[in-house]
Order: sequence, then C-alpha cells, then structure tokens
Amino acid sequence: MSTLELSGVEKSFGAVQVLNGVDLSVSGGEVVGLVGDNGAGKSTLMKAITGVYSTDKGRITFDGIDITNLDPGKRREMGIEMIYQDLALAPQQDVANNIFLGREPTKRLLGLIPCFVDKSRIDVEAQEMIDRLGVQIPSIHIPVGMLSGGQQQTIAIARALTFKPKLVIMDEPTAALAVREVESVLNLIEQMRSEGIATILISHRLNDVFAACGRIVVLRRGNVIADLKRDETDMSEVVSYIVGAHG
Amino acid sequence: MRVESLAVLFGLVVIMTILSPVTGDGVRVFLTTSNLFNIILASATFGVLAIGATFVISSAGIDLSLGSVLGLASVSGAALVVTLGWPWYFAILGSLAAGAAAGAVNGFIITRGRVPAFIVTLGMLGIARGLALIISNGRGIYGLPDEILFLGQARPWGVPTPVFILLIVALVSHYILAHTPFGHHTLALGDNENSARATGINVRRQRMMLYTISGLMAGIAGLIFTARVNTGDPTAGLNYELLAITAAIIGGTNLFGGRGSILGTMIGALIMGVLQNGLNLMAVQAYYQQMAIGAVLIAAVWLDQLRTRGRSAQ
Repeated sequence: MSTLELSGVEKSFGAVQVLNGVDLSVSGGEVVGLVGDNGAGKSTLMKAITGVYSTDKGRITFDGIDITNLDPGKRREMGIEMIYQDLALAPQQDVANNIFLGREPTKRLLGLIPCFVDKSRIDVEAQEMIDRLGVQIPSIHIPVGMLSGGQQQTIAIARALTFKPKLVIMDEPTAALAVREVESVLNLIEQMRSEGIATILISHRLNDVFAACGRIVVLRRGNVIADLKRDETDMSEVVSYIVGAHG
Repeated sequence: MRVESLAVLFGLVVIMTILSPVTGDGVRVFLTTSNLFNIILASATFGVLAIGATFVISSAGIDLSLGSVLGLASVSGAALVVTLGWPWYFAILGSLAAGAAAGAVNGFIITRGRVPAFIVTLGMLGIARGLALIISNGRGIYGLPDEILFLGQARPWGVPTPVFILLIVALVSHYILAHTPFGHHTLALGDNENSARATGINVRRQRMMLYTISGLMAGIAGLIFTARVNTGDPTAGLNYELLAITAAIIGGTNLFGGRGSILGTMIGALIMGVLQNGLNLMAVQAYYQQMAIGAVLIAAVWLDQLRTRGRSAQ
C-alpha cells in the first residue's frame, strides 16, 4: 500500500493555475525523484504535501488517512518531514544540540530544580545517531557552522531522521555540495530507503536523481507528464519530458 | 571569549592599580576594600541590566530602552509607596511590574506588529523616560521605608545587599540561559530564526518572553537604584543602556545573536565598573568617561567582527 497518495490535486494563486490535478503515489522504502523545469510546480506540490499551502481541489492521504485539511504541525506528527534547501541549522550551536533542537530531553538538577537540559543524554544519543548513519564529522561538540556544506546537509538529514519519519521530502539536498560530498548524502538516502522510509527527492541534478531514485516523476506546467521506472528510462528521455519535447 | 574577557579585566585592574593615587598609609586607593566594594556596588545596577541585554541580544534582538525603563521602574515603585502611601512591598512589586510591562509592550509590538526591535525599543526609550517624568512631576520622590532601604544600603555579613541581589539574579539567569530548553531555544533563535521555527519552536512566544525578561531586569535594577539613593528618580539609568549593552558584548555575547553567557556578562560588567571607577580615581572628567565607554563598545564589536571574519576565511 502506498504511504502517500495524491489524487487530482489542484492549486492556483489568483489567476495562475500552478497545479492542474496532480496524481502521485509514494510507498515506504521507495525513493522518488521529482524533476521539472523552474516553475513546473515542484515547490508548490511539496508545500501542498507538507501542508504549508492548502489545496483548492483533490485529496491527499497519508497512511490511509485523509490529511487534505490537516495543518503542517499535525502532518509532521504523523511522520512527514521536510529538509529544506537552505539548511535549517543553527550554525553557532554544536552538532548534538542541533540534532535535538526543539525537543531537548530534560531532568531535575540534583533531583530538585526542573527543566535542566540533559546535555549528556543529548551527546550520547546524537553520537549514536551519527554512528548509525555513518556520518563523517570530526566531533559532535563543534559548532555546525564549522562543518562543510555536505557535512551540514548530513546533519540536517540526521536531525530529520530522529523524528522517526515515514516520509522525507528533500529539496535540492546536493545542489550546494562538492562532488565527493554528494556521495555521502546519496548513501544516507539509500540507508533511509533500506529502513523503509518513503523519500521524495527534488533535484536539478539528474545524475544524482538517477543514482538515488528508483522512480522518476516529471512535472510540467502543474501536471505529472511522466512517471518512469529508472531501469526502463534514460537521461535523454527524462530531459525531453522536462523540456516538453517528448511526444 | 570568556578567558579573553578575564584577561582584559585583570589587565585593567593592574593598570588602574598603577595609575591610582596613594593614600597617606602608602596604600593604592584603588585596591582598598571599600573601593573594591564600591566597584561591585556600582556594577550591580547595570550588571542586572546587562543580564537583560544578554538575553535579548543573544536572540539577535536589541533593547535600547533598558536605561529609561530603569527610570520608569524606579519612579513607579517609589510613587506607590511614598506618594500613595501603600505598604513598603509595593515599591518592589511596582518596580518589577513596571519594568516587565514595558518589556512586554516592546515584545508585543516587535512580534505582532513586525516592527524592528531597534525602532520599538528606541521609541520606548523616549516613552518610558517621559512617563517617568510625568509620574514624578519631573522631581525625585524621596523618603522610602527602611525595608526598601535595606535592599540598597544594608551590608549583611559585610557585603552590600545589591551585590547579593545581583548574584541571585545572575545565578538564576545563568541556569535559564545555559541549561534549560528556553535558553537553548534563545541561542538557536538568535543563530537562525528559520531553523528555530522549523524545529517547532514558538518563535513569537519566545521573543515575547525575552523582551519581558529584559524589562523585568530593568525593573530589578530600578528597584536597586531607588533603594540605594532613597529616591524614585525619573532620570535614573540615563545612558545605562550603553553600559549594559557594552558589558554584554565585551562579555562575549554576539551582537548578531546565537552566542551569549551570563558569566561572561558579569565579567563584562566588572570591566565597565573597574573602568569607570579607575577613571574616577584618576579624576578624569565624566565627559571623557562617556567617550571611553562608547569607544570600548565599538572596539569590542570591531574585534569580534575581525575574529569572525578570520574564522570564516579558514
């Protein structure tokens, strides 16, 4: 059964129709690449899924539950995580604190004073997460801003994974990275797939899409114009769909 | 930064000792016990203010109204007790409430109206000072009860009460900023507001609380001021925001948010205290002291900028 199901999703901003009845389904353990030219509606579609935008028409279900009218917070609690392009990390805080930002475990200091952030537990659990994902960083105690772009991207992914999501949406996770760093992000995506997480990867870098995704969905002028299995297509076919040159 | 601040403090103490006049017994005036207490006592008032500044600045905000709100708090507390004849503890409640209310108004307009903090608190600088002058009719309100004077003038175990108040406030504030989720969220908010929002932190409520805390600190400082000079003084705390913000910055708080520590700010407050006191002992005119403090603020931010740039160039 599909984890995420969209049927006939429409969205317009004033007179501009951005999504024209999009149908899309994504299952657990599947990595779907979402490609399309600028203005094809990729970002709008993702925001419709995370709930940032409400839709005009159509239905979105997640795990069999209709989430069309739920707010972003509720959808997040249900297991939809989005990793943003602009690396939503706090650069001067250390790696461990970033991973636990917003849900710091607390205890009572000396059994009395409440709300004491359990820093040692944060460090232990963050280290476990880093080790499990095989992320290469010098230490969890250094500020995130001192890490390379690729390392920061893996920390952002690590943070999303600590929420135990069922669906992860990544917006251009490899766009700003050096070639060698792309590898570690793609490895992480493969690991997420093997753990049964559904992933949607938005990217302009077709090389990365072909490396990571089993399925490639092409969006053009607010329509899904192609839904292709990676093993049955090639880059030139995908490009021709993107630019609208395909039959 | 904290180590560097300590080094600056130590260096300043050495310089002031050398330049200090000598008493009849051949002792450096600067190093006498009574003078050292003077320094801490003077630092207590703007030290509490500097704690408020630390909370707000480390969240990438700013509070320029600290000094004026101190004056408003001083007058409000004194007016309730002296002018209206209410019981002594209303001087405490009135000062703290006036400070927190002014801070809450700042926070409300900044978060709801999306007006930059710089503008809102600059406006509050004028409003709070004007309100203090209106409440007091432009004159000091003299003659507070002994219970209040105890908070400013007593010396239990030989230590001035304001120093105890500063220590307690600093300890609680350190706990909040360094060890609670609220503190973690404050620094993260100052670092990257989008990241804080994306992790589900209620950014609006957080900022609202931070400005209220800042105002509350001005209220506590106003109470200390009233108790020390036995007057609700509408001109109290004039230009103190300069001292408070400078103390926070040289204590290592990042002007652009994301980094701040109460311990550092306490060292910063002592540096400002030593600087003022030493210049006083050398009989340097107050006009020059203002210049010196302003120059220290600019130099501290400049140095920090150079360091940050050096780091990102690596």
